[in-house]
Amino acid sequence: MSKKREDYEKSFWYKISSFVNDGKSFATKEIKEEKHIVEEDKSINIVPMSPWDTEEIERTGLYDSYKHWSFEGILKRAQKFYGVFSVLVCVLIIGILLYSISKLPRFGNAENPVNNEVSKRYIEQGIEETGAVNIVTGMILDYRAFDTLGESHVLFTACIVVFILLRLDSKDQKTLEEAEADDRNFEPKNDTILQKVTRLLVPPVFIFGIYVILNGHLSPGGGFSGGAIIGAGLILYLNAFGFKKTGKFFTLRLHKIISIIALGFYSLSKSYSFFTGANHLESFIPKGTPGNILSSGLILPLNIAVGMVVACTMYGFYVMFRKGGYK
Amino acid sequence: MSFLMPVLLLFLIVCAVFVAFTKNPLSAIIIYMAFSLIMSIIWALMQSPDLAITEAAVGAGVTSILMFVALKKIHAIDVKETKEGKEDKDNE
Amino acid sequence: MIGLFNNLEATTAIIVFGIGFTTLMLNRNMIKKIIGFDMMDCGMYLFLASKGYIEGRLAPIVVNGITDMDAYINPIPAGLVLTGIVVSVSVSAVMLSLTIRLYRKYHTLDIDEIMMRAREEGDDE
Repeated sequence: MSKKREDYEKSFWYKISSFVNDGKSFATKEIKEEKHIVEEDKSINIVPMSPWDTEEIERTGLYDSYKHWSFEGILKRAQKFYGVFSVLVCVLIIGILLYSISKLPRFGNAENPVNNEVSKRYIEQGIEETGAVNIVTGMILDYRAFDTLGESHVLFTACIVVFILLRLDSKDQKTLEEAEADDRNFEPKNDTILQKVTRLLVPPVFIFGIYVILNGHLSPGGGFSGGAIIGAGLILYLNAFGFKKTGKFFTLRLHKIISIIALGFYSLSKSYSFFTGANHLESFIPKGTPGNILSSGLILPLNIAVGMVVACTMYGFYVMFRKGGYK
Repeated sequence: MSFLMPVLLLFLIVCAVFVAFTKNPLSAIIIYMAFSLIMSIIWALMQSPDLAITEAAVGAGVTSILMFVALKKIHAIDVKETKEGKEDKDNE
Repeated sequence: MIGLFNNLEATTAIIVFGIGFTTLMLNRNMIKKIIGFDMMDCGMYLFLASKGYIEGRLAPIVVNGITDMDAYINPIPAGLVLTGIVVSVSVSAVMLSLTIRLYRKYHTLDIDEIMMRAREEGDDE
């Protein structure tokens, strides 16, 4: 869990939160729970005791044994009831859904109600209003760009949550060595085949990822796919060469800077679009001719921003899962 | 070509049933990767290439790798030394 | 009943959703529950994107300057599913990290035992 700084009681947030909560703040409760977790880990034994082991529990009187028996019996019956009941609920739900599927119109029909005038507008006037040859990219980054803004923020929030939960944050030498030994448990250090193949494979993977991002408005692809490909390339590099070599060019500070710049640029450019649209101004960003790379206004920079956020998030997930830190 | 789509959909259902009924979490994750790959081929047959690239990169790439690393962190893959040498033993 | 065979993709999507839901409810292992959750997501994306397909038409990328509506499939469901796929991986990552934290405290993956021990500790405090 994250640390608390030493002069926390003098800070502004503590005073406001204790004022709102009638003299108590949330920070004291958290620290108490963290100590509880640390003590628990040292004295636990690995073999879990099943709740149905009745011989090893000492009964100290009639009331205690009666209380324990009734709780066990109810637990067993509740488990069987839960099994039967959940199978019934699943079958019922699937039956109702299949019944309503059988009343839907035929698959692939051109007169389905889902093909209405909205798609007509997007296809017929998409290329002259947005300048993008790929209609789906033009739709999610120009007509409906607000959804993509929310989705980038969802990725950023998930990355922050995984950081908070799994961060290894102690300066104690023993826990750091334990974490390192635990990480290298089954993996050979400096495997020759993996390193040689990685040296051949990682540059084409990066170049392909950058190509997919830059050509998002001309061919299938876009920010999400290209970002995932670059993230996968970084994960391969980390697996082959270890944390020290990767930490030379991709540190925590670089991750923070990239995320802030990409998300801030996206928000600013959407504010610009709202401003010019609400006041009936003409935006002066040129659209170019469709078919060139430098065309379609703001779609190319937005693709780059989304791709960078997705790549950093995928890599951040993997690093947090393996060791709990970037070093 | 019109018989390719029902065959792929049948593969999808078979993969899903296998994932539900196996006891070993390691084989469940491997079959889940195959499920993701067949999903990506179905997207390509339905004329949506953006979805095919994204599902192949994300589903069969990143999600399955994260699940493998999570399994390693909870010590579900174990190495047991016997008289013949080391062998891999999976426990739940 | 004939309607089910007219609409084969939607039927498969609902069956996959149902199998994922059953896996989520009936298993006791946390990792299988998370895999079931992912399968429910995939089933829903298949259902949604199969609503946009029209027979005999091409992918929505403009070729040769033809911008007629009758030449391309419906692009709107594909755009909605593209966002959904990336959100699904974020949710899976958060759930897996919570499972790792639970394992570090209770050293088991069985959801019933975790509830039993959490109830006993709640009685002590």
